[in-house]
Amino acid sequence: MASHLVKKLPTKDWNLTIVDQSKDHYYQPGFLFLPFDTYTEKDVVKSIDGLIPKGVKYINKVVDKIEPTNNQILFQDEQKADYDILIVATGSRIAPEEIEGMKGSGWHKDVYDFYTFEGARNLRNFLRKWEGGKMVVHITEMPIKCPVAPLEFSFLADSYFKKKGIRNKVDITYVTPLSGAFTKPTSSKKLSYLLEEKDIKIVPDFNIMEVDNEGKKIVSYDQIEVDYDVLVTVPTNMGDDVILRSGMGDDLNFVATHKHTLQSKKHENVFVIGDATDVPASKAGSVAHFEAETLTDNILLYIAGKVLKEEFDGHSNCFIETGNNKAMLIDFNYNQEPVDGTFPIAGVGPLRLLKESVLNHWGKLAFRWVYWNMLLKGVPIPMVSRNMKLAGKNITSK
Amino acid sequence: MEATIAGINVQVNEEGYLKDFSEWNEDIAKEISNQEEVGELTDRHWTVLKYLQDQHINDIALTIRKVGKSGVTDIKEFYALFPGGPLKKATKIAGIPKPVGCI
Repeated sequence: MASHLVKKLPTKDWNLTIVDQSKDHYYQPGFLFLPFDTYTEKDVVKSIDGLIPKGVKYINKVVDKIEPTNNQILFQDEQKADYDILIVATGSRIAPEEIEGMKGSGWHKDVYDFYTFEGARNLRNFLRKWEGGKMVVHITEMPIKCPVAPLEFSFLADSYFKKKGIRNKVDITYVTPLSGAFTKPTSSKKLSYLLEEKDIKIVPDFNIMEVDNEGKKIVSYDQIEVDYDVLVTVPTNMGDDVILRSGMGDDLNFVATHKHTLQSKKHENVFVIGDATDVPASKAGSVAHFEAETLTDNILLYIAGKVLKEEFDGHSNCFIETGNNKAMLIDFNYNQEPVDGTFPIAGVGPLRLLKESVLNHWGKLAFRWVYWNMLLKGVPIPMVSRNMKLAGKNITSK
Repeated sequence: MEATIAGINVQVNEEGYLKDFSEWNEDIAKEISNQEEVGELTDRHWTVLKYLQDQHINDIALTIRKVGKSGVTDIKEFYALFPGGPLKKATKIAGIPKPVGCI
């Protein structure tokens, strides 16, 4: 947003400031590859200093509270900052403490997350030495950041253990609170073969009550038990605690946001982007990227005193790693489920939607470069528009 | 696709969930409840169903946690009312979409 706005707002009238409590910026999609030794630590983290756009101020402080009624931010060191317009981009974090026993004696010993740098790295170190057993890949509850990541993790694990020659000693089970690994009609029809082909077992409708560290099992509210030797869990995802301290969120600390304009529902000079919102789009980097384009226009409209564009359509565009150096691509929005087809040029591609290909896999790996060198600088992705296009999609019925 | 539930023609998806909540009524709920082996709907069922529908109307995503913390019911009772997949079954009876992922 700062990269976009610094180019649009006259510097004599506007001061742009980024507040970030961290000095490091992580390429979070890379956390998926860290456990399997595909990426190293260096690939997924950079110092934030080199990423701040020219002409933008950077404050490295922890925010204690946002006071939207006073247009003010209070820092933990008791200093304050005033604003005319605030963009909340506080993201989401894992909250393993929400489930009894999850952050217990087994945490990062045989119970791992891969949604944090530490979790992904510790899991990598564990897997390097692991000789096999029961691996349970588990989703605690929705919504989660990058909803396909646990499925990708399962597919990549299958490939990883095959390459290591120990696949016959590893049992992979995918445990989800949803009714299946695939819940949309077209995906269910076209992708269910993947689980069978990779011999991944599935336990659906599983709502976790506790992690039993001693017994090495997870237990659901209806007393279903799943044993593990290593549990790879996606804990509850919640918005940042600053949202709770500021009284701006729902029960998961996500901020009530207008889903088409990205304006806060409560405060007209507060806008929200990315995982911090409660909009019913995926919590994914591509969503934040497309949102940024609409939000830039809307902030300029707001400043000009004009009506905001109700434009954002929930557009999401994600590569899904399926293992064996292949991936799929999905492109969807609030109303359109992922379907097969061609992307970004209708009828041509070169990328294929909802179908495995080697090219899609290279697309996913190339995306790391795109992220650091284009997305963070506010450069649009060629031929990929903010709103989803229907052309190139095989849509049979609604 | 079209289906006839409790003598009424309604639009449903492949899994039998109503596509349009405005077509829902209590007779439809009773018939789906029988199909889903939830059985007779008591006052407690109706209270929970009403809560789920209100959430849906307000565009709020449904999770077991949210239902458990709603003050309307708790997770234990929710399971007892709609055994074997409470959100999946209760949303179907309530005429609203079941919680889904992105694929």
